[in-house]
Amino acid sequence: MSGMEQKNKPLLEVRDLAVAYGKVEALQGANLTLRQGELVTVIGPNGAGKTTLLSALMGLLPARGEVTLDGQPLSADVDVEARVGRGMILVPEKRELFAEMSVEDNLRLGAFSRRAEGRAARDDTLAEVYDLFPRLKERRGQEAGTLSGGERQMLAMGRALMAKPRVLMLDEPSLGLAPLIIREIFRIVAELKKTGVSILLVEQNARAALKVADYGYVLETGHVALEGPSADLAADERVAATYLGGKKG
Amino acid sequence: MDLQILLLLGQDGLTNGAIYALLALALVLVFAVTRVIFIPQGEFVAYGALTLAALQAGKVPATIWLAVALGAVVFVIDAAIALRARAWRRLPGLAALTLGVPLAVAALIHGLDAATLALPLQILLALAVVAPLGPLIYRLAFQPLASAPVLVLLIVSVATHMTLMGLGLVFFGAEGFRTPAFSDGSLELGPATLQYQSLWIVGVSLVLIVALYLFFGRTLTGKALRATAMNRTGARLMGISTTLAGKLSFFVAALMGAFSGVLVSPVTTLYYDSGFLIGLKGFVGAIIGGLISYPVAALGAVLVGLLESFSSFYASSFKEVIVFTLIIPVLLWRSLTTRHVEEEE
Ligand SMILES: Nc1ncnc2c1ncn2[C@@H]1O[C@H](COP(=O)(O)OP(=O)(O)OP(=O)(O)O)[C@@H](O)[C@H]1O
Ligand SMILES: [Mg+2]
Repeated sequence: MSGMEQKNKPLLEVRDLAVAYGKVEALQGANLTLRQGELVTVIGPNGAGKTTLLSALMGLLPARGEVTLDGQPLSADVDVEARVGRGMILVPEKRELFAEMSVEDNLRLGAFSRRAEGRAARDDTLAEVYDLFPRLKERRGQEAGTLSGGERQMLAMGRALMAKPRVLMLDEPSLGLAPLIIREIFRIVAELKKTGVSILLVEQNARAALKVADYGYVLETGHVALEGPSADLAADERVAATYLGGKKG
Repeated sequence: MDLQILLLLGQDGLTNGAIYALLALALVLVFAVTRVIFIPQGEFVAYGALTLAALQAGKVPATIWLAVALGAVVFVIDAAIALRARAWRRLPGLAALTLGVPLAVAALIHGLDAATLALPLQILLALAVVAPLGPLIYRLAFQPLASAPVLVLLIVSVATHMTLMGLGLVFFGAEGFRTPAFSDGSLELGPATLQYQSLWIVGVSLVLIVALYLFFGRTLTGKALRATAMNRTGARLMGISTTLAGKLSFFVAALMGAFSGVLVSPVTTLYYDSGFLIGLKGFVGAIIGGLISYPVAALGAVLVGLLESFSSFYASSFKEVIVFTLIIPVLLWRSLTTRHVEEEE
């Protein structure tokens, strides 16, 4: 959606990121690079620290280490709202929808950070999001809390897109969904990549994630255990054994 | 009881009920967005009325100096924070809001001969003095405690109430004030005699309630406030600042409080401490709505007004007792019918 930017320039850089919950280190020395227009996936088992990583990047959790966006450091006093203002959006694991509001109000609030642009520009984005998710258009007047799991995930993603993000972070978009809907979600993720937005995709569904991603990281108990172009990772014996169910993907 | 008395009591009850409804709505809003039980609401009622009375008497209301002083303190604190973060660009906007607005209102009061202005302009001026106190107080007293438990926020809220009431005594003295009615006289409607001021109160309250409804239902900012109340994390992830939402809800509450004061001061003599009881009756209405439902809170507040009016006829010395006793069956009923919701975090 913000497609004209130069490819391959590092957009988001993470150096030595560490997060602790009290004495428990949930993330240690994590390094990660997301380039312009790239889709990077982070895979790993339950409790590996994937959600922790995204929460820290978004400013929801205090973290040590260095995070830069466009070469500008995101220090601790750059809060969540300011990060959204700089084009970072997180679709959280828990979706965090506004349950008692309509689908359309949820989407409109997604464009809150663009309120200075005027209503017409936001309406255009709304039409684009409805094109991407026709299901949401059908259900525009329905309360978000009454949507099915798949529809909720679509709404969470649609709401994020309303902000026209430069960095879109998705936390397990396929979590708890039926195979058919998972396929639909990954198709949309691949489609989004074509629009030029840079995507950081956290997944346990490693097979599907590595298929759409350019580059991948494997997170295990708080560190990056392995990284590489996603085709190489998918071919890696260890990854195949642990995350791809031993079969060839 | 004959029909005439019934109508008179009914009119009285509805008039007061309309005021309580405004206050109840503001209380629900503030609680939903910030989890603060807004005890100082009554002080805004008194400040609104007494500021208007001072302006009409040709005096400079001391509340404007409170606004200037609080604005200066907030400016110093937030400017220091902005400088430390090297966010120079925040400074002009900050200065305009915290220093510019109160000083501009102060200059207006000095420049204009407020006593000779038309009543609507005097009212606007009074509101412009009192309403900015809301966000300033939020910044100083509540923003640093944004993630504190409800009980801590309540204690700070009570302290704020005490402080503002004490300042009210210093600003306005112990004497009571009454302002002239918006329009004098009354309307004969069959057996009923309707005071014009009662009509004003009910009419303006309805307009304000409709305005609030449209604000929350139709504008992006209003929806953002509701979103913060519904899901704080979700709202932050959309770039809706919790702090901004808190300031905005305090602004709306202060505005509604001051407006209520302006509306009632022609029918009741108000003292520096009268706001508290009025605010408390709005609070009973808000409790009936469980501090979450706007329509139930408004209806509950009207019920409080009617109950008060009729009990003042039948048992006038027990009027307050009866009104506040209403809270017991309401709480019982609420605790039996609603699931207990764990406080978040
Ligand atoms: N608020 C918290 N307090 C204490 N420990 C926490 C907290 N949140 C997460 N943790 C711990 O940090 C570790 C990493 O958690 P995280 O949620 O980041 O894992 P994850 O990789 O997202 O897992 P999943 O795939 O199950 O979502 C876990 O051991 C978890 O128990
Ligand atoms: Mg997780």
